[in-house]
Amino acid sequence: MSEPEQPRRKPEKIRLADHRTALIKVERRLLLRSSLSLGALSLLAGCDLQDNDKVDQVLWAMSRWNDRVQALLFRGSKLAPTYAASQITDPFPFNAFYDEFNAPDIDAADWRLEVAGLVRDKQPWTLERLRSLPQADQITRHICIEGWSAIGQWSGVPLKTFLQAIGADITAKYVGFKCADRYYSSLDMPSALHPQTILALDFRKQPLPTSYGFPLKVRVPTKLGFKNPKHVVALMVTNDNPGGYWEDQGYNWFSGI
Amino acid sequence: MSKTVVFHPLVVRIAHWLNAFAIVCMLMSGWAIYNASPIFGFRFPAWMTLGGWLGGAIAWHFAAMWLLMANGLFYLLYGLLSGHFRRHFLPLRARDVLADAILALRLRLPHQAGSYNAVQKLLYCGVIALGVLVVLSGLSLWKPVQLAFLSDLFGGFDFARKVHFAAMAGIAAFVAVHLLLVALVPKTLLPMITGRGRKQESAT
Repeated sequence: MSEPEQPRRKPEKIRLADHRTALIKVERRLLLRSSLSLGALSLLAGCDLQDNDKVDQVLWAMSRWNDRVQALLFRGSKLAPTYAASQITDPFPFNAFYDEFNAPDIDAADWRLEVAGLVRDKQPWTLERLRSLPQADQITRHICIEGWSAIGQWSGVPLKTFLQAIGADITAKYVGFKCADRYYSSLDMPSALHPQTILALDFRKQPLPTSYGFPLKVRVPTKLGFKNPKHVVALMVTNDNPGGYWEDQGYNWFSGI
Repeated sequence: MSKTVVFHPLVVRIAHWLNAFAIVCMLMSGWAIYNASPIFGFRFPAWMTLGGWLGGAIAWHFAAMWLLMANGLFYLLYGLLSGHFRRHFLPLRARDVLADAILALRLRLPHQAGSYNAVQKLLYCGVIALGVLVVLSGLSLWKPVQLAFLSDLFGGFDFARKVHFAAMAGIAAFVAVHLLLVALVPKTLLPMITGRGRKQESAT
C-alpha cells in the first residue's frame, strides 16, 4: 500500500480527550436506543389476545403450537399422583367466574345429562342411572391456572366407561361439555379416555355440594382446573373443537399438566 | 496504543440479544402470572407486567419459553463445543474470586476489555446455572403429571413454585447488576452490538 504524498505535515496524534464529547454523545444515543426498545416492549404489554393485532396473532399461533406439543407429551398410561385422605385440603377452595352465592341451584329430580354428537344412544341420563354404572374414586391435586393447588377427593363414573355405555365414536377428536351456569369446555379424546378422567358425582364420598358443581362435575386430574367443568348438563362427541369459556378468551386450549 | 479486535463472536451476540428479549418477556409475563396467586406477601406493580390479564400473560410466557429454551440450548452447546466457556470462564478459583471481589467492592477492579475477572466468571457461570434451574423448575410446573419426576425433584408442585421464583429472583438480580455495570462502563455496550472494540496494548 503506497502512502499518499500529502499531507506533508505529520498527522496529529488522535487523542481521546479531543473526542470525548463525541463519544459521550454516541454512548447516550445507544443508551437512548436501548431504553426506547424497552419502551417498545412496554407497548407490547397491551397485546393481551383481545384485539387481534399482529402480536396477538403470533401469540394465538404459539398457543395452537403448544396444544400440539402437549398432545404429543400426553401419555394415556401416565397417572396423576394420588394422595392420602389426611392430605385433602380443608376447606377446599371455591373457584368460578362468579361468586359462590351465584352457583346454580339444580333440582336433582329434574336434572338430566343430555348426550349429543357422534354417539349411538342419545337418551338423556338421570342421576340414578349414572350411579348404576361402575364408579371410581380418586384423591388428586387440583391445579389452578392461577398457580394455587388443592387436594380433593372425587368419585363417579369413569368417562371412558360412560362413552362406551352411550356407544360413542372414540375415534372422534373431542368431547365437549355444557354447564347450567353458561360455562362450557372440551377435552381431546385421549384425555377423555384417561383412566382418571371421571364424571364426578361425589366430593369426599358425599354428593357434590352446590359450590363444587352439583350434580355432576368433570374431574380431569391431567388438566388445569378450568378444564374441569361443574354443573354439567350436556356432553357431546364431535370432530369440531367445541372450545371453552376461558379457552375462547385466550387460555391455552389443551392445558394439560 | 490500541488496536481493534473482536471481543464477542457473532454467534454470542445473536444469542445474547435473543436471550435479552426472551428474558424480559419471561420476567414480565411471569410477574403477571405470580400476581394471580402470590406466594409471598406482595404483588408486582401492573406496569412491570406483560400480557394485560392472566390469559395474555400465560400466552406470552409459553410463547417466549420456546425462544428462551431453544436459544439457551444453542448457546450452551456452542459454549461447550467451541471452547468458548473453557476459554472465558476457566480457570475459576475461589482465591481469585475473593481477591477480585474485594477489589470490586472498593471500586478498584479495572475493566479489562476482552477478558473477564474472577467475579465476572463466577457471575456468568452462576447465571447460566440459574437459567438451567429456572427452565427445569418451570417445566416441572408446566407438566407436574407428565414430568412428575421433575416435580418430585423440586419438592412437589407448591415448593417448585418457590424454586422457580427464587431462580427468577437470582436472574433478575444478575440483570440489575449487569445493567448497572454497563451504565458504569458504557464502552462495553457497543462491542456487544458490533462485536468489535479497542484493546489496550501494554507499552513495553
